[in-house]
Amino acid sequence: MITLFGVFILSLLVITAIGIVRSTNLFAAVMLAGLFSLQMAAMFFILDAADVALTEAAVGAGVATVLLLSALALLDDEERRTRRSRWAAIAVSLATTLLMIYATFEKPRFGDPLAPANQHVAPWYLENTPELIDVPNVVTAILASFRGYDTLGELFVIFTAGTGVLFVLAQRRRDTRFARLPNADAQGLRHHLVPRVVGRLLVPFIVLFGLYVQFHADFGPGGGFQAGALVSAGFVLFALLEGERAALRVLPRRVLAGMIVLGALLFVGVGVAGMLLGGNFLDYSVLGATPVAGQHVGILLVELGVGITVTGVLLTIFHAFAARVSER
Amino acid sequence: MTAAAVLDAASWALLVGGGFFVFVGGVGALRMPDFYTRMHAAGITDTLGTLLVLTGVILQSGLSLATVKLLAIAIFLLLTSPTAAYALANAARLSGLKPGDAAADPDPEQRE
Repeated sequence: MITLFGVFILSLLVITAIGIVRSTNLFAAVMLAGLFSLQMAAMFFILDAADVALTEAAVGAGVATVLLLSALALLDDEERRTRRSRWAAIAVSLATTLLMIYATFEKPRFGDPLAPANQHVAPWYLENTPELIDVPNVVTAILASFRGYDTLGELFVIFTAGTGVLFVLAQRRRDTRFARLPNADAQGLRHHLVPRVVGRLLVPFIVLFGLYVQFHADFGPGGGFQAGALVSAGFVLFALLEGERAALRVLPRRVLAGMIVLGALLFVGVGVAGMLLGGNFLDYSVLGATPVAGQHVGILLVELGVGITVTGVLLTIFHAFAARVSER
Repeated sequence: MTAAAVLDAASWALLVGGGFFVFVGGVGALRMPDFYTRMHAAGITDTLGTLLVLTGVILQSGLSLATVKLLAIAIFLLLTSPTAAYALANAARLSGLKPGDAAADPDPEQRE
């Protein structure tokens, strides 16, 4: 039955991908890309990767679609036609596809316990997580503790992306921050009663669910990345309903910039605190009375840092695009 | 007939009914003549169909934490699905699309 679902979703994925390539309307392409992410999330879920599925659904289908749409608002809807022949591109893609299909012949069967991926460090993590870290969700234990360096790197990738977008988009004079917002944009959907009422009802629950995902990561799928995406989705919805100005009054740009820095500093700070208390960088065992208690404190703080930075970066990017749109 | 069998039968009836409505919505979205009728077909049946399917699954899961989560999803969909349909129709109306205007159809791919 699961195999049937998998085949069904994979075929849908291929159809959607072809749709994205064929569509000359960029708006349709963006919506299809969101759909692609949603199907990808379903696929991950079928493969028992609930954490990845949650991330893909929140970031890929949710926030990325909104960011692409706000970028699209600065552009034309229709793709520009190219007159050059595409045979070279088609040949390269075809060759790559054939190579990748050829590579799959060497792959072990899905879920094969003897596969190299399941023989390397994964069994060690599974065996030692209950004893060393003692959280039910092994993914969180690996992500935040065992592979803390990798997560720190990922956090700084997001940090750098946010800073880069700010450098490109946020060249605005300070005094004109609100002056240029025309009324229609600044008011959001205020005159559309139904979406506004329902949206206002949903915003607190979306943010609450984000916080649940943030702090429940030890026990179920979740963590800072997903929570950050969910919380910022709640605030983006608020901005769409009530307008830029109201959203910026709740979370001003300065606070968002502070959040970006604060989260990254919190992560690094936890690492340095471990060093000062006599452990290694990002070794949480020394943070509590017992090593396991220390691990729990460290994971909580590190995930919180990730969540704060991700929220800050995503909302900053959204506001940067939205400000550009209303300037036009 | 035991209580469990009755529950099972009711749940299956709901699941099949939900599947039927979703299917009808799909057919309607493909076959109807213009944007508004297509959206009408998809919007209404999607809400009803998913709610029926969710109720069927709730009956299957019995009294557990999963039931509460499914109920939360059902309430969420009950609110968002009609709102999305309304917002879509409203946006089409505001952008000047008239009912029966098949030629000016924005895009057959984007519904719901």
